[in-house]
Amino acid sequence: MPPRVWAALTAGKLAAQLSRAFRIGGGTVVPGRVARWLAPDLLRRLARGLPHGAVVVTGTNGKTTTARLVASALRAAGLRVVHNRAGANLPAGLVSTLVLAADGGGQLRADVGVFEVDEATFPRVAGELKPRLVVLTNLFRDQLDRYAEVDRVAVGWRQALQTLGGDAVVCFNADDPQVADVARDAPRSVAFGIEDVEAGRETLEDAADVRYCYRCGVPYRYRVVFLSHVGHYTCPACGTGRPRPAVRAEAVRVAGTSGFTAELAWDGERVAVLSELPGLYNVYNVLAAAAAAHALGIPPQALLRAVQATKPAFGRGERLWWRGVLLQILLVKNPAGFNEVLRALRAEPVRSLWIAIHDRTADGRDVSWLWDVDFETVRESKAWVTVTGLRAEDLAVRLKYAGWAEDRIAVHRDLLRALEHAVAHTPAGGTLYCLPTYTAMLELRALLARQGVAVAFWED
Amino acid sequence: MDLRLAALFPDLLNLYGDRGNVLVLQSRARRRGIPVEVLPVGLGHPLPDADLYLLGGGEDRQQALVAPALEALRPQLEAAVRSGAVVLGVCGGYQLLGHAYYAADGSVLRGVGLLDVVTRHPGHRAPRLVGNAAVACVLDGVGTLVGFENHGGRTWLGANARPLGRVLAGFGNNGRDRTEGAWAGTVFGTYLHGPLLPKNPAFADYLLRLALRRRFGDVHLSPLDDRWEHAAHVRAAERAGVRLRGA
Ligand SMILES: [Zn+2]
Repeated sequence: MPPRVWAALTAGKLAAQLSRAFRIGGGTVVPGRVARWLAPDLLRRLARGLPHGAVVVTGTNGKTTTARLVASALRAAGLRVVHNRAGANLPAGLVSTLVLAADGGGQLRADVGVFEVDEATFPRVAGELKPRLVVLTNLFRDQLDRYAEVDRVAVGWRQALQTLGGDAVVCFNADDPQVADVARDAPRSVAFGIEDVEAGRETLEDAADVRYCYRCGVPYRYRVVFLSHVGHYTCPACGTGRPRPAVRAEAVRVAGTSGFTAELAWDGERVAVLSELPGLYNVYNVLAAAAAAHALGIPPQALLRAVQATKPAFGRGERLWWRGVLLQILLVKNPAGFNEVLRALRAEPVRSLWIAIHDRTADGRDVSWLWDVDFETVRESKAWVTVTGLRAEDLAVRLKYAGWAEDRIAVHRDLLRALEHAVAHTPAGGTLYCLPTYTAMLELRALLARQGVAVAFWED
Repeated sequence: MDLRLAALFPDLLNLYGDRGNVLVLQSRARRRGIPVEVLPVGLGHPLPDADLYLLGGGEDRQQALVAPALEALRPQLEAAVRSGAVVLGVCGGYQLLGHAYYAADGSVLRGVGLLDVVTRHPGHRAPRLVGNAAVACVLDGVGTLVGFENHGGRTWLGANARPLGRVLAGFGNNGRDRTEGAWAGTVFGTYLHGPLLPKNPAFADYLLRLALRRRFGDVHLSPLDDRWEHAAHVRAAERAGVRLRGA
């Protein structure tokens, strides 16, 4: 091993110990920054040491949950897995994960890597990770201040897929027209999709979600829509439509925010799954993991064990008790995700909501997206709403114009004060639904940790 | 008294929650007892008779689809403006109200020329102009405009367009001359994209009064309870680095 690489590994490990000792961050990013600075080729070098290669999960929504499911299925199949579980999905986070999984000599204590990778970052690291399997979940509008345009992300993916090795497999969401268009021509691919049209609805909810055929510019015609622009579509002009998925979800039954049942089918196999993950969007995450498991040759029993064992992660539907109230925390990052959370909530008797909107870099500094969320669909709700965060006022205005009762909305800029207010407006023993953006979720987690609830995020 | 509001190509030009502008104009008129008819205009459809026309933002691909359709409506649009109709173009819509948009790949999109401005994209290596912005608006009684901008193109004003305001924080038209937006008569363009009007209620009311003037002359709009709108306005200015009174 070149001294430079040894130095990078050692410095990275030291940085991790220091950042834990002094509680700066979770130690999920700093070690990678240090190590990558000393040895810029470290990611390529360490990834090469994975005997069963790397699996990459990318897309706008569902990365974290899908990657957790895939990692869990691989473990259930008896493999040792290195996984950026805490969700640090930029290059420094990926390097950190590998540095911490390597011994002093640079040997990885793992057989296979599972990496959730930021969708705009994927093209930059595809060549270094040389994944054997890529899972493309979906493409929604998200943080346009950073990604500029969704189309630009798709162009990057297209280029990245061309750099993959000849054996690499692409698992992709057949129901998302843009994702399907990117992956359609990959030499080896596994499409996944929901077959059960009963689980969807007939029309697109908002004009913003209309998708135009990538070949001829005519709006797709939808037979059914599952979420946002994801569904069964065909171009009325050129006939380009949804590819027939190899891995399918049938008989889908979603039970609000408490889970779902479905039958997954591929080749001759058919398995019934029961999951605690909330909402229809998690059917796609389980489906994506099933497609990956199928492509990796993982037995269905291992996948089933993984699905049943996967509890909602913090911010992905986890429930915690605090001051006599059950908090259910549902991350809201972008309009598509927020709409799905609202849809799941419609099936619940919601009495109280706490919504935290920050505009830091990781949230997207532009809060315009709040106007693409269909708050109008739940305006008849009688819930108490406490809004907080750096952009609490923007949300308050949005809710007002969506027709929510103003006298039931309270604005508190401070997260803790807002949470106390919301808890006071939740019946004892009842559920307070907490909807934070990404950094607000981290802040909530730290805040609850200080109160003796939940866990620090590097221990997850 | 009533108001006719046309949203041009709302399924293509709705990149950043542009529908917020429609919702706010509609609500603010209705709360003054003025019924509003919203007329969405699709590709290839004729231009309806309206008092106010809105154009939102779109990605390059959508903008390229819209440009020829808008071009086809040019004579009707010009006639509407001559009759006193108000036009507001936001971000991509603003660019298309000008003479032309020179894209990064060398292609040219012709605009409708309602504003004497030209936009050039300096190539993908040049940084996009992205961030919170605050503008001292020159229009009577509007005060500060706050919002978020995110554009690759740089817009330059000709002799027949006046800037909408002076940049207090942010980039504005081109990141150089401290101007933001443009206006001429009843036509307005701005880079403060998406839901501009929700947190700039004074500008929303300015546009409403101007649009109502076309058929009803000078109209008095009763004041509304804008506490939250003002709080959002002040907060947006603060995030742009500008301290407003009442903060
Ligand atoms: Zn087509």
